[in-house]
Amino acid sequence: MIMTNQRSAVALISGGLDSMLAAKLMMQQNIHVEGINFFTGFCVEGHTHAIRKKDKQKTKRNNALWVAETLGIKLHIIDVVDEYKDVVINPKHGYGSNMNPCLDCKGFMVGKAQQWATENNFDFIITGEVIGQRPMSQRKDTMPVIARESGAFDRLVRPLCGRHLPATLPEQQGWIDRNLLKGFSGRSRKPQMALAAEMGFVDYAQPAGGCCFLTDKTYSDRLVDLWQARNQRNYELDDVMLLKVGRHLRPQPNFKMIVGREEGENNFLEGYRRQFIHMRTLNCSGPLVLLDGELTPSDIELAAQITARFSQGKSLDNVDVEVISKDGVGRILHVRPLSENQIPQDWYL
Amino acid sequence: MSHYTLDVRGLLCPMPVIRTQNKVKELQAGDTLEIFCTDPGANSDIPAWCRIMGHKYLDTREQGNDIIIRVEVGEVD
Repeated sequence: MIMTNQRSAVALISGGLDSMLAAKLMMQQNIHVEGINFFTGFCVEGHTHAIRKKDKQKTKRNNALWVAETLGIKLHIIDVVDEYKDVVINPKHGYGSNMNPCLDCKGFMVGKAQQWATENNFDFIITGEVIGQRPMSQRKDTMPVIARESGAFDRLVRPLCGRHLPATLPEQQGWIDRNLLKGFSGRSRKPQMALAAEMGFVDYAQPAGGCCFLTDKTYSDRLVDLWQARNQRNYELDDVMLLKVGRHLRPQPNFKMIVGREEGENNFLEGYRRQFIHMRTLNCSGPLVLLDGELTPSDIELAAQITARFSQGKSLDNVDVEVISKDGVGRILHVRPLSENQIPQDWYL
Repeated sequence: MSHYTLDVRGLLCPMPVIRTQNKVKELQAGDTLEIFCTDPGANSDIPAWCRIMGHKYLDTREQGNDIIIRVEVGEVD
C-alpha cells in the first residue's frame, strides 16, 4: 500500500538478479515499488522445463514471481505476444548476433511500463540495466535512445549504473538520493553478486545466455527457416512454442518435420495433432512427428523413413509407421529406416 | 460470494497465471475461482502469485491429467 506522499515506481522484473537489485535499491529509499513482467512468447522461463519429462523432476519456479515474493512486492504479468510481433519482425535498430532485437525490445518494454505507470499513477520506472553489460541494448550511447523512444524520458531510473548517467527527474526532485545509486559498468557480475550478498539474496536465478530464445542461434535459424518456407515474416504463438520443441528437419524445401525427442515432448506435440499430419511408429517405440508443409506421396514415404530412423526400430529391416491426417484418418506404411549417414547434416535446423 | 471456473488446460507458464490474474480482476473479494490446468508449473506459480497479490490459495487436487487449483479472491486496493 502506498503511504501518503510516498513516491511510487514500477520495476521491470525479468526474474534475473539485476532487476531484483535495482528494485531493492529503490525500496531502500522508501519508494513504493511494484513489479511488471512481460510475456513475449520467446521467454526461456518455464516452457522447456514444463515440456521435457526429464526436467519435470526438478523443482520448478517462475523466477519473476520468486523475485517479487522475495522482495515483498506485487508483480503484474502482462501478455504482449501480439504487440511484440512488430518488434521481432520490423526492428528499427536491427538484430543482434542472432534474431534478437534487443534495443527495440528494451524500448518497447520500457514504453509499456511507462504506459502502465501513467494508467496507475506511478511516478517513475526502474530497470536493472548496467552500462556495457550487453553489446546492443546496454551501452552508454543506447541508454538515452531507450529513454527517448519509450517515452519515459527522465522518468527512467537505472539504479545500478545511475551515477554514470545524467540526473533523472526523481533525482532532481529529491524523491531519491543520487548518492545512493550505484556506478556499475561492464560485463563483470562481481559487483552485482557482492551487492546481492550484502542484501542477503541467495538462490537467485543465473540464466546462461539470457532469458530470451531469440538470442539462441539454433532457435533463430529455425525462425528464419519458418519465414522463408512461408514466404512471409509473421508468426503465431503456436509457431513460437513449436520452435522450442524437438528436433527440426527440413528434408525438402516444401516440408519440415518436428520430431519429439522424449516422452514429455511427444505428449506436448500430441496437442497439435489436429493442426498437422503426424506420424508414429507401431511395431516399436518411437517419436511423435509433426509434418509441416504440403507433402507429395514420395515426401510422406521419406518422412516415414526418417521417423523410423529416430525410433527404437532404426536397425530393423522394416518399421510400421502410421500416417494420420489432420482429421484423424490413419494408414500404415512399411518402410526401411534411413541410416544415420543418409540424413545429411544440412537437413537439421 | 460466487464461485467461478477458469479453463487454462494446454497452456504453459506463465499463461495460466496471466489468465488467472485477468479473471480475478473481474471478481469480488470473497469469490472463489477454480482453475483447471495441465502445466505442473501452475502448482507452484499460482500459489506464489496468490501470496504476492493478497489472494488466498485454498487447495489443489488432481483429476486425470487435470490439475485443479482453488483460490479465494482477496481485498484488492
